[in-house]
Amino acid sequence: MKNPEADIINKNTGRSATSDPLIVINNLKMGFNDQKVLRDVSLKLFNGENLVVLGKSGSGKSVLIKCIVRLLIPESGNIEVFGRDLKSLNRKELDEVRKKIGFLFQSGALYDSMTVRQNLEFPLRRIRKKMTDKEVNEKICEALENVGLSDAINKMPSQLSGGMRKRISLARTIVVDPLIMLYDEPTTGLDPATSDEISYLINDVQKKYKTSSLIITHDIQCARTTADRIIMLHEGEVVTEGSLDDFEKSTNPLIKSFFK
Amino acid sequence: MKVSDPIKKVKSFATDQSIKISEKTYVHASRANGFLSGLGNMSLFILQIIRETFSPHFEFKEFLRQCFQIGYKSLPLIAITGGIMGIVLTIQTRPALVDFGAVTLLPGMVAVSLIREIGPVVTALICAGKIGSGMGAELGSMKVSEQIDAMEVSATNPFKYLVVTRVLAATLMLPILVLFADAFGLVGSWAGVNIKGNVNLVLFVSQAFGSLSFMDFFPALIKSVVFGTVIGIVGCYKGYTAGRGTESVGIAANSAVVISSLLVIIVDMIAVQVTDMML
Repeated sequence: MKNPEADIINKNTGRSATSDPLIVINNLKMGFNDQKVLRDVSLKLFNGENLVVLGKSGSGKSVLIKCIVRLLIPESGNIEVFGRDLKSLNRKELDEVRKKIGFLFQSGALYDSMTVRQNLEFPLRRIRKKMTDKEVNEKICEALENVGLSDAINKMPSQLSGGMRKRISLARTIVVDPLIMLYDEPTTGLDPATSDEISYLINDVQKKYKTSSLIITHDIQCARTTADRIIMLHEGEVVTEGSLDDFEKSTNPLIKSFFK
Repeated sequence: MKVSDPIKKVKSFATDQSIKISEKTYVHASRANGFLSGLGNMSLFILQIIRETFSPHFEFKEFLRQCFQIGYKSLPLIAITGGIMGIVLTIQTRPALVDFGAVTLLPGMVAVSLIREIGPVVTALICAGKIGSGMGAELGSMKVSEQIDAMEVSATNPFKYLVVTRVLAATLMLPILVLFADAFGLVGSWAGVNIKGNVNLVLFVSQAFGSLSFMDFFPALIKSVVFGTVIGIVGCYKGYTAGRGTESVGIAANSAVVISSLLVIIVDMIAVQVTDMML
């Protein structure tokens, strides 16, 4: 497998993605009671790349991504985001880091009691406090247009299909112009056609908003569409990492089980 | 030298009876442990509410929305219940007073009962059912569907936004709802008096309020504030600390109602004792 530090060319932008890493994770360990979920995970997310973390269900992928935004606090190891060690940050400093990260939840996590407009307005009003009403409105319309759901602006989440909810959720994360996008199983529970649409949308978002993305998935088609680099996680450990080509050619039975 | 296995040694001494006793002791100890840790977690939760209430950036808009949800939307239920309470109390009390020839005391007696005890307690129990279960279910389902996590990662303090606003709104709205329940109760009582008699509204009001003093209103008002706080805290605690499965939403809503209703009764008992000592 190739060295992750070597040049990674983003297939959307054609830019080299090897400048400073935005996320650095070293020797991360995490468990619940006696069950070890992450055993010794180390990885880097470079500026401008799409990094896919591939693994079976229960391999610790979602726990990993939640540790990055400190929704879960790891037992040991350290996570640096934008060069800042998350352990050393107080609530205010952590919020400053979180403002630059977009997180797409597996379930979409749209606020049920709010309309689509209010869902997008909620983070925008809190993160971009100086925006005028007109600017907020423009930003919301732009984000919805980018995910192709301008018509849904006044709908309630309960009126949306699974794919639409994912798109609106994506709009809610990109509306604040994040530098890093974290996707937790973006295509889970969707039909193959909608899954493809979401995967292409991830690429579009990256191209348009120039984000770096960490995509957690077990959907190989999503990985094929989006990945510049792939890391395979198995039973809480990084098994291997490399490009899509490296994985396609691999003889490792675990990798082959995904790529057959 | 032969060393005997201590477990085997104990097993050889243990009788069925002693094994049963130790098993029961273990079960009771686990329950006590669960109860005490729950109590500890709730204390920490209350401390966090106090801390977040006085920290900067109060979520005023959400607080107003919660006041509307808790206060305005509960008003029809409280009004109907209050009115019926007044009618029933009057009809039930009347025969006893007629026997003693003291039927003129009826408005005053009903007013004292309503304002001191029945109004606050019944309103609080209704709110424990309506508001407590609503908070438990809403926050529980927000937790299950990762909406609380989504707030957290969008640099919003979900505790402040969801919990503090709800607890404060319940604390403020419950005394107001109690006042409405009392008012509708007195109107119901006037209707009840007029079923078998003929008392005009002015005379009824003057007789009712003539029997009331400041010390009838004040403890009831303080008690209502405490009821509101208790209902808000229990509802939010149960919802906010719900488990991850959908089953836990039902458990959160159910236990919010049960615990807050029980606490309302306990607080009422303590409040009555304290008021009695003061008078």
